Amino acid sequence: MGITLELIVFLILAVFIVASSILAVTTKRILRAATYLLFVLFGTAGIYFQLNYSFLGAVQLLIYAGGITVLYVFSILLTSSQGDRAEKLKNSKMFAGLLTALAGLVICLFLTLKNTFLPSHFEHGELPVSAIGMSMMSGEKYGYILPFEVISVLLLACIIGGILIARKR
Amino acid sequence: MFDFSIVTSWIHELLTSVMPAGLAVFIECVVIGVCLMLAYAVIAIIMIFMERKVCAAFQCRLGPVRVGPWGTLQLFADVFKMLIKEIITIRHADKFLYNLAPYIVVLSSILAFACIPVNKGMEILDFNVGVFFLMAASSIGIVGVLLAGWSSNNKYSLIGAMRSGAQMISYELSVGLSILTIVVLTDTMQFSEIVERQADGWFIFKGHVPAVIAFIIYLIAGNAEVNRGPFDLPEAESELTAGYHTEYSGMHFGLFYVAEFVNLFIVSAIAATIFLGGWMPLHIPGLDGFNQVMDYIPGFVWFFAKALFVVWLLMWIKWTFPRLRIDQILTLEWKYLVPIGLVNLLLMVMCVVFGWHF
Repeated sequence: MGITLELIVFLILAVFIVASSILAVTTKRILRAATYLLFVLFGTAGIYFQLNYSFLGAVQLLIYAGGITVLYVFSILLTSSQGDRAEKLKNSKMFAGLLTALAGLVICLFLTLKNTFLPSHFEHGELPVSAIGMSMMSGEKYGYILPFEVISVLLLACIIGGILIARKR
Repeated sequence: MFDFSIVTSWIHELLTSVMPAGLAVFIECVVIGVCLMLAYAVIAIIMIFMERKVCAAFQCRLGPVRVGPWGTLQLFADVFKMLIKEIITIRHADKFLYNLAPYIVVLSSILAFACIPVNKGMEILDFNVGVFFLMAASSIGIVGVLLAGWSSNNKYSLIGAMRSGAQMISYELSVGLSILTIVVLTDTMQFSEIVERQADGWFIFKGHVPAVIAFIIYLIAGNAEVNRGPFDLPEAESELTAGYHTEYSGMHFGLFYVAEFVNLFIVSAIAATIFLGGWMPLHIPGLDGFNQVMDYIPGFVWFFAKALFVVWLLMWIKWTFPRLRIDQILTLEWKYLVPIGLVNLLLMVMCVVFGWHF
């Protein structure tokens, strides 16, 4: 297996994601953590684009980078002040966190190494948008109409809840 | 029509004949990136010069006239001044975020800029979800604005950033709805394909009533999205000094400034592409001679003429109307533009289903 351009790009993205993730959990300032999280999401979107799955990449940018992170930053702006620092972690909490991370790593590695992957039949070119739309709206096998509708009900409930909390009495 | 992809494929073949494909692709990416940045800077300079001249015309002045012929060298003097200014660091501010914020804004602006088709075969990013990607890329800029306001350690900046964030998030909705109206008409989201479909008439004519309504909504919302015109509250000089970029100096301020002007161009270019046909010449079905004469004008001339026309419209609005209050801005968006946009989308769906369009 020679070093190809794809491999180099993947390695750069992977290192970028890992470094940003570690920085996001180790930094003391909450807004910096949100910014590193944004970098992690950028890197993930980059991997989607590299896989030629531009729809998922664009969704990643729009929903996570442009939506969720903005929401986080907004709430941090409204609730915390400039000098706030995270408290130092207690040893027991630190230990529990490390243990959980290790357990997650073991499970992921176990699954990745144990699983026999199907031979990849990679198709060059992008997925047609109409195919994505059809599978999102179809009620047949491999159709996603139920999750799609359930999510819209969930979002509606969130909007109503937000209005209920925020309205003047 | 001249197809620019002849040139690009010729260069690609030339490069792959002397080196491995991976290296060739890498070199092409670097060259395209440099060209993109260069185009970005040139467009910014043109926009700033145009803003000054148009503003002067609307206020019955002459604008810059002394440096160079018709004041054209004034801009280069300004850029040079901006480049050699000192970059001030703020005490008690989060330096990392403070220095990062302008780059996030510029990054989002450049990503959006790369989506615009300038000529036939001259698109840089041409995904089949192009419209969607453009909106995703332009939504990243909000993070940069919020970070800039927060990390400046200044309450005016913070208020400016909050206003800007609220305004940009709200108006993104209207921009999306009005673009979606045209996507319903075209059944594609790829920019090159959208332009191709307008060969027998631009969408503003083909989609008639709903397309015109969508165009007007898009102009209003796009103007608000780039924080200009009557919606320039985030940087209302008289109340907030300069909004989120009060504390920035030198080239960091320059990046915000350039991104703002290029965003104006991007909004106009997208309006020109999806409503006015992009690089597609004016074709009238039935008049073949006329169509052929129009085809002799190159595509990028059409594109820039249309985009600059929309820019001129937006500048006209900016220098004519007084600034709105923040609650008026949000009322306009949530109580008027969004409902109208939704009804308009429904109207367009009916037009497409019953075949009422041309």
